Amino acid sequence: MPDRAEPPRAGIASSPMRARGWRDLAFAGAPLVVLAAIAPALYGNQLLLFNFVTFLALAQGLNVIYGFTGYLPFGYVGFFGAGAYGFAITVMDFHLGPGAGMAVAAAASVVLGMILSPLLRLSGAYFAIASLAAAQALYDIVSNPALDDVTKGPYGVSLSSVFAPDLSYNVAVGIFAFATLLVIWLRNARFGLALRAMRDDPVSAAMAGFPIVRGRTIAWLLSALIAGLAGGAYAWHISVFYPETAFDISFSIFAVVFTLFGGAATLLGPVCGVVLLYGLYNAIGITVPQYFQLIYGLLIMALVLFLPDGLASLLTRRGIRVP
Amino acid sequence: MLQQAIVSGLVFGLYFTLVGLGLNLIFGVMRIVNIAHGDFLMLGGYAAYWLFTLFGMSPFLAAVLVLVVFLAVGWPLYYLIVPRLQLARDAEMLSLILFFGLSQVIEALATIAFGTTEHSIPGRVLGIGPFGLLGAMLPKAWGVSALVSAIAVGAVALYLYRTRLGTLTRAVMVNRDEALASGIDTNRVSAIAFGIGIALAGLAGVFAPFMLGSMTPSMGVDVNLAAFAVIVVGSLGNPLGTALGGMIYGVSLLLMQTYLSSWANLLPNLMLILVLLVWPTGILGREVRRA
Repeated sequence: MPDRAEPPRAGIASSPMRARGWRDLAFAGAPLVVLAAIAPALYGNQLLLFNFVTFLALAQGLNVIYGFTGYLPFGYVGFFGAGAYGFAITVMDFHLGPGAGMAVAAAASVVLGMILSPLLRLSGAYFAIASLAAAQALYDIVSNPALDDVTKGPYGVSLSSVFAPDLSYNVAVGIFAFATLLVIWLRNARFGLALRAMRDDPVSAAMAGFPIVRGRTIAWLLSALIAGLAGGAYAWHISVFYPETAFDISFSIFAVVFTLFGGAATLLGPVCGVVLLYGLYNAIGITVPQYFQLIYGLLIMALVLFLPDGLASLLTRRGIRVP
Repeated sequence: MLQQAIVSGLVFGLYFTLVGLGLNLIFGVMRIVNIAHGDFLMLGGYAAYWLFTLFGMSPFLAAVLVLVVFLAVGWPLYYLIVPRLQLARDAEMLSLILFFGLSQVIEALATIAFGTTEHSIPGRVLGIGPFGLLGAMLPKAWGVSALVSAIAVGAVALYLYRTRLGTLTRAVMVNRDEALASGIDTNRVSAIAFGIGIALAGLAGVFAPFMLGSMTPSMGVDVNLAAFAVIVVGSLGNPLGTALGGMIYGVSLLLMQTYLSSWANLLPNLMLILVLLVWPTGILGREVRRA
């Protein structure tokens, strides 16, 4: 538990917390975003870099809901797919530009988050399974041949009319920057502290006067928004995709494992998870998928059994603060 | 047609009860979610396939063999992972991830060993031709699989309600800490329940070629979703509620396939979400909702 060492703070937002937030932004958040923005100048494979940035955004988005509230949405990819198809339908059926597409992607994921917010009444495994079922159901609807006129059903969409790899890459970096800011804010503001209190003991948090239903709904919608935006940018950048790519359960699983591997509820943890594990995936996963799957499975098991709080806990256990 | 759909739905319901039963037993006793359930089922299916193809062994004999071997594997597997997992802050959530890792390992090993081609056992092995049941005509293989499922469910009910170990198991299900405090060896009881849960998955796998169609190493994911729908409708953590969930699931699935086949895939997921939202504890459930 990285945060238990921090002393409880009084009601007023204290200035040390705020100063720490600025420090995290200056020394951890901003350099990461700048690095992501200039990466295409240093390395030629833009699609690979785009995938990295997408996973960085998704991992931080999942961090918002899982790290700070303890709700584990296995169906997180549902928001990503909703964003991708929101973008695709706007561009394809309504012939609007990519800006409108991104706005619809954001709106689609937030509306989906509102529709699914009653799931937050469920706890533990019930929530995880229900959110997975919701994402599967959405996939079944989008990919149904009966909706061929709207979504192109299982045959996939092509958005070559708005294809703009450089611009969409930068939009993805912008989404990652937004997610980074959000995590820094949650780590250093009262709201995030209250969310973590709620995660650790909902009854006490409610008695201390924190409106827990409103708090976790806000976290849920913000998390959905990040995934939806990432999905929109993905649709824009990839340009040709199928329902099973946009709703691939691996997006959820990867985001969960990356976040957990580095350390949930920290800023750098999910980033380390993405860089190390997604790097490993690209190094060996594409040529020999089943051996990668084997290593990956063993790694996940070892991680949960021996390092359940992630890499960051190696440092926090020794009293070193990880941003 | 309606009668045909309902009767075959009930027959499938019995089989789906067996598919969900092991998962539910493990969740009920240990409060952990075995995401690798579908993969153990797949292994059971492949075991039956290879025993049949190589030695011509009948699925019944294979079923007994699979039960014994899977029980013998599941029992020590418990000691290997579960006690350590339960030390963590949020064991229920982490179990999802841990067993996801296990399912990846099993799937990868199965892919390396068997390849990705589909395998199946011909239905005539369990009897040739259809048989009549309550005015519907069904393949004999369905009837036999349903019968074996019913026997297995009955045996689990007998174990839980008529043996001393079963009583201890139910005590652990109600309250693990109090069971431990009153001197029950919760680890031993849980390990046996874990072994039985894995063995039930294997048994369901033996009959999977007849009920679910041909098998691939990646079939576990779909099986899991169906199993989740069954046990959530019945109620998570109540093994006998699984039977009710299985029946409801089987009948609705067959009705959907008969009258609205293009949307039949949606059914397990929609059913799961609706039941969780309207009736979060399942139809026969205990209180589980917090805040």
